[in-house]
Amino acid sequence: MSDETVDARGLSCPEPVLLSKAAIERIGRGTVDVLVDTVTSRENVARMARTLSCMVEEKEADDGSYVLSITKE
Amino acid sequence: MRLTRFLASRQGMIVAGGAIGAMAAALQLCGNPPNMGLCMVCFPRDIAGAIGLHRAPVVQYLRPEIMAVVFGSLIAAVAAREFRPRAGSAPIVRFLLGVFAVIGALVFLGCPWRALLRLAGGDWNSLVGIGGLVVGVGLGCVFLKRGYSLGRNHPMPWIAGCLFPAVMALFLGLLLLKTSFKEGQAIFFSQQGPGAMHASVWISLGLGLLIGMLAQRTRFCTMGALRDVLLIRDFHLLSGVVALVIAVAVVNVLAVVLSHLTSETPLTIKIGWQAMPISHANHVWNFLGMVLAGLCFALAGGCPGRQFFLTGEGDGDAAVFCCGMFVGAGITHNWFLAAAPDKMVDGVLQLGGPGGYGRIAVAVGIVFCIILGLTARPRKTA
Repeated sequence: MSDETVDARGLSCPEPVLLSKAAIERIGRGTVDVLVDTVTSRENVARMARTLSCMVEEKEADDGSYVLSITKE
Repeated sequence: MRLTRFLASRQGMIVAGGAIGAMAAALQLCGNPPNMGLCMVCFPRDIAGAIGLHRAPVVQYLRPEIMAVVFGSLIAAVAAREFRPRAGSAPIVRFLLGVFAVIGALVFLGCPWRALLRLAGGDWNSLVGIGGLVVGVGLGCVFLKRGYSLGRNHPMPWIAGCLFPAVMALFLGLLLLKTSFKEGQAIFFSQQGPGAMHASVWISLGLGLLIGMLAQRTRFCTMGALRDVLLIRDFHLLSGVVALVIAVAVVNVLAVVLSHLTSETPLTIKIGWQAMPISHANHVWNFLGMVLAGLCFALAGGCPGRQFFLTGEGDGDAAVFCCGMFVGAGITHNWFLAAAPDKMVDGVLQLGGPGGYGRIAVAVGIVFCIILGLTARPRKTA
């Protein structure tokens, strides 16, 4: 169960990264689920999360979009 | 899979950036204009001239590099299952951003790609342009941090994603057939000037395809390189850009050295500020032109190269931006907005730069972008 969900599907670079980063900083500690629909967004969000020392779990949803579960301890 | 992982890594980005730079420099050595092996604004401008959107006779040629990078990106995207047709995010805004981006870039006489090639070719005026680009992208970052957004795109039918590549295929066909719809009319081919300087079609196509493939796989973006450093201190894209500049410089120097060893008419590199090839030393307008261009690219989500690569992924919003670039190039030359390069007349420098209309257009563009940046926010739903 995530503490916050960010729906970044359909948004232009760099909005998925900015929204995800803001959510991670907002919750301080916990899990943020980020929804994106391009591989580029998935890579960019994951890279940003890892630079913030977060754990990232990537899953593909049924509709072809991606869910990144980002956990900050 | 292994190649995908490598190209997504820092090392992969550096290798790809270096390869792209080397190929861009090679295109110049094969006949493209000086310090213009590849330009993602000048080349669409040449295409606009070829199809008759403007009648500046020295810049009319259906540059196959542009078609090729779109095809290369399409091939790479399809192979990696990343071809996802999508569109619908504020098309008229993106179209106008494309128009103004070209206006700004043609006041500087190049896009960010050409700025890097000029830098690696010893044209120090590019530093002023790159300074303007940083300011423009930085201003875009301020708007992004304040919540600027053009809204979401939506999945589209596959045919919608194929249309821009299809138009590029049409242009390529017109080039290969050397089409003339009527004597003295389109398709125009410059007989002199930069439009008459080009590598062979097959070299341009081959290298363009490779550049498109590499750029799509690595998400290469000259504007994004600056934006990511300014916004989130991420140097991933910048590492590729730096590698590109170094590779271009190395190829340029190697070419000069080899030509001195093997040719009676060796190549030279001109280094400096004044009367540089297809360049001007009007620093105020080099700076402001690229402020406008950088701001437009930041607000549109990618540099002009990235916009063309995205069309290969089926991105209809990028296609609209690219259409804006073609139309903007037509307007720029028909309305005398573009800068003139420096000229040496009887040993005296005639400083180039934009005329009055070009200066007004840059000012209008910057104001447009600022209003857009301040007011474009996602709608709040109840």
